[in-house]
Amino acid sequence: MRWRRRPEADAETPAVALGSGIELRDVGHDYGDRTVLADVSLTLTERRVGVIGANGSGKSTFARLLNGLVVPTSGTVLVDGLDTRTQARAVRRRVGFVFQDPDAQIVHPTVAEDLAFGPHNQGVPAEEIERRVEEMLDRYGLAGHRDHPAHLLSGGQKQLLAIAGVLAMRPQRIVFDEPTTLLDLANTRRVARVIEELEQDVVVVTHHLDLLAGFDRVLVVEDGRVAADGAPGETVPWYVARMD
Amino acid sequence: MLSLYVPGHSVVHRAPAGVKLGLLAALGVGLFLTERPAVVGGALVVALAVGLGAARLPWRALAAQVRPVWLWLAVLFVFHLLVTDLRTGTVAVLRLLALLVAAAVVTATTRVTALVAVVEWLASPLRVFGVRPARIGLVIAMTLRFIPLVAERAARIREAQAARGADRLRWGMAVPLLVQVLRMAATVGEALDARGADDAPARRPRRRPAVAS
Repeated sequence: MRWRRRPEADAETPAVALGSGIELRDVGHDYGDRTVLADVSLTLTERRVGVIGANGSGKSTFARLLNGLVVPTSGTVLVDGLDTRTQARAVRRRVGFVFQDPDAQIVHPTVAEDLAFGPHNQGVPAEEIERRVEEMLDRYGLAGHRDHPAHLLSGGQKQLLAIAGVLAMRPQRIVFDEPTTLLDLANTRRVARVIEELEQDVVVVTHHLDLLAGFDRVLVVEDGRVAADGAPGETVPWYVARMD
Repeated sequence: MLSLYVPGHSVVHRAPAGVKLGLLAALGVGLFLTERPAVVGGALVVALAVGLGAARLPWRALAAQVRPVWLWLAVLFVFHLLVTDLRTGTVAVLRLLALLVAAAVVTATTRVTALVAVVEWLASPLRVFGVRPARIGLVIAMTLRFIPLVAERAARIREAQAARGADRLRWGMAVPLLVQVLRMAATVGEALDARGADDAPARRPRRRPAVAS
């Protein structure tokens, strides 16, 4: 497989470092008349942050705000000082996003081609793309599926491919939106190990509370607001008690 | 094309996709310029030799491509026996078989990426009209990717309907399928954004793209 280089695009992440971490200032978001997030102000600098909350609480919108997939209706989201409203592309180069349903994230017919898609868009040279594809295939046990159609992979393999596709873009942070919701126990544990071993800072939105063991910080989102924010040892039991 | 690629390192696999598609197009035109059974039959033998010999494809890979049209070829042959003559019928069937096998060899030895790159290159003159060839390539690749996925979703809806007593195929399944596909399309759009699809440059590339498989 050969990927043509897009010479106009920068291979490297923009060298802007006005701040560090992800900062939300008075952020609110509405879908029409419905407010899904309101008055959220916080800064995420920890390596591993979990986000939990009931269905419809605003978790997924919160996650999408962090890499500019959704821009806030009010307030500002800054990633390392970059405004997601005006510098969305630069933000998305820094913050990767893994979706709940890998089928919606995998856009190329075969495994290797899909892994190459992100770096290709970033203008990474063909040789480097090939190197990254090989690395990801090996790291996530997909080497035997290199030229296989993506739709024939198992659910767990698809989620690993989705994660590998994001990692091939070399983001500095990765946001996971319920990455284990559609997986069985074995694959949930496998994905949990993958997340645990990542070098990048991660924000994980999840209903699987076991996934958050060892996390530095957990936010509880309730009715569009951050209802609790702290160490998992405090926030998770608080959330569980609220659900009883 | 959805899953027809057979990995390999043969000279046919390594040949540039543009050359393979060009030869296939030339064969298609050439076969319709002759009425000689020996020439058409020879083309079929060459296509088989390239596929089974040079490309070392399993015969099942080629047979799988021919199997769905056997009936049509038989009907065409019988039609010619009734309307024209044996020679014309033989040429017509051998011609289609040769094209079918040759096309199967191309798709089995060429990655989708390489085929899409050829399409992008062919579409590159359209840049003067503001068309972005990379977008055309992405649309083709995504079509190939999502056809089986939509089929899978349709099968799930059929199962769900059958589970509730609707044994026959009903048009009513079109509505939930459309809703699911639209919902998925919204997420796919986000995924494309997240993966930098919109970073495609507006400027013309500086050199002719490589189109090898």
